[in-house]
Amino acid sequence: MDWQPPAATPRTWKAKLPSPNASVTNIELSGQASPADDVVVDVRGVNYGVDSRPIFKGLDLKVRRGQITAIMGPSGTGKTTLLRLITAQSTPSQGQVVVFGQDVAGLGSSGIYAMRKRMGMLFQNGALLTDMDVFENVAFPVREHTDLPEPLIRRLVLTKLQAVGLRGAADLMPAELSGGMARRVALARAIVMDPEILIYDEPFVGLDPISLGMILRLIQKMNEALGITSIVVSHDVQELSTIAHESYLLSGGRVVASGSPQELAQSHEEVVHQFMTGAAEGPVPFHYPASDYHAQLMAEEP
Amino acid sequence: MSDRGGYITEGVRRFGAVAIFLVRMLIQCVPALGRPGLIVLQIYNAGARSLIIIMMSGFLVGAVLALEGYTLLARFGSSEALGTAAALGLLRELGPVVTALLFAGRAGTALTSEIGLMRATDQLTAMEIMAVNPLRYVAAPRFMGGVIAMPLLAGVFNLIGLFGAQLVGVWQMGVDKGSFWSQMQDAVDFRDVWEGIAKSLAFGFTCSLIAVHEGYNTEPTAAGVGLATTRTVVASSVLILLLDYILTAAFQS
Repeated sequence: MDWQPPAATPRTWKAKLPSPNASVTNIELSGQASPADDVVVDVRGVNYGVDSRPIFKGLDLKVRRGQITAIMGPSGTGKTTLLRLITAQSTPSQGQVVVFGQDVAGLGSSGIYAMRKRMGMLFQNGALLTDMDVFENVAFPVREHTDLPEPLIRRLVLTKLQAVGLRGAADLMPAELSGGMARRVALARAIVMDPEILIYDEPFVGLDPISLGMILRLIQKMNEALGITSIVVSHDVQELSTIAHESYLLSGGRVVASGSPQELAQSHEEVVHQFMTGAAEGPVPFHYPASDYHAQLMAEEP
Repeated sequence: MSDRGGYITEGVRRFGAVAIFLVRMLIQCVPALGRPGLIVLQIYNAGARSLIIIMMSGFLVGAVLALEGYTLLARFGSSEALGTAAALGLLRELGPVVTALLFAGRAGTALTSEIGLMRATDQLTAMEIMAVNPLRYVAAPRFMGGVIAMPLLAGVFNLIGLFGAQLVGVWQMGVDKGSFWSQMQDAVDFRDVWEGIAKSLAFGFTCSLIAVHEGYNTEPTAAGVGLATTRTVVASSVLILLLDYILTAAFQS
């Protein structure tokens, strides 16, 4: 594998221009002033909590068509929760999540399913269906949503498996795959219906450097070759900075910084600096809140 | 007092959750009927794979029933009625109840842990994101497969049980073979058979609903899957015996 992660050079945005009508609708629905903005996911002032524990307090972020948007943040800041909101698995208690110009909270179950057909998602552990082989896993969404003839399904699935380099593994069961392979199969499954948005939940966690490089290259390839809008949730700063067009750093339930990875790296804000450099102490404390250390050690009773 | 209130509230809440789940799943059973292959697979999983334990238990229960029945009936000099006693005991009571208890332990736990692991490994969420309703694809076929498999298993249990009873009664205890079968034919009518079928349908419905519901709502951890499996066995067993009493009383009145 002689492939190297690409250098961190800013690239031009190569998305298809929306038709005039479509852009007018978008402007009306998403309330944008400039026609150049083509926002596919718009999170506006979202408040959300689980069991009275607040996770988001006034969260705002936008994902633009054809770009790779990175969502970073320390563990436990609700990155995965944000994905649940975008995919309409949860609804915010306040604020709006607008996807493809529609407020997710206002969609019925058929509307939600219609929206999800335009999305693909790569789960952290792949989430392959364990009772089917690799081929059937990738064919699953096609069989469920279309009545394409078998030879066509076969070609479609093999094409996608070839794209992730696992055409030869078509007959293996998910239990026989390594972590990196399972994630690549899941990626083939996520793109088999040609989604407009591809969501990656922690795609780099627990991978060896070779698998990590492969996934990184695939994310970029999907974006460049297919023009798929990508949302990558991760805390791997180095990896993300090589591919992301735009980054958001979440902390304390809101966006603390946004911009290109280079802008974030040069930020002087304390939280951003701590996160980008991986310092143990900073606004995000090393110690979980506790009573006085000395007093607790010296106390007779626990 | 407040503790008791808490238990009652929790009980009502869980009952309500199961009822809502049932309605949502029943709605999805209609489109799921369009995929008979999935249902047949689940009948195979829940039914055919439980056959060995059902057949072994049926044989032993029938044999014990004949042994006990013979001792009791011989006291009153009516040991020829052994066929009737065994048939009625198996058809109306032991067949459906023991089959259901074994089903809860064998197929119910398998269903719960399978669906629970699918929950824990995000497979159900992945289906949701792929715009495939897991209630339709995973829950409904398993539920229907269980409801269909239970009366079939109870039928097998009864057949093998009668064979076991005959083996012990006729060959070991020396009851006349002719009177064993003819008295059975005279005394058993369709009402008795129907009582057994109705019971095993009710038990199949209850066991499958509990197993699928517990699996579907498992807390997505290793401990959560274990707890859900235990709850399936406990809740199914208690409900089977409670329902059995209610149905027996209803059929007698």
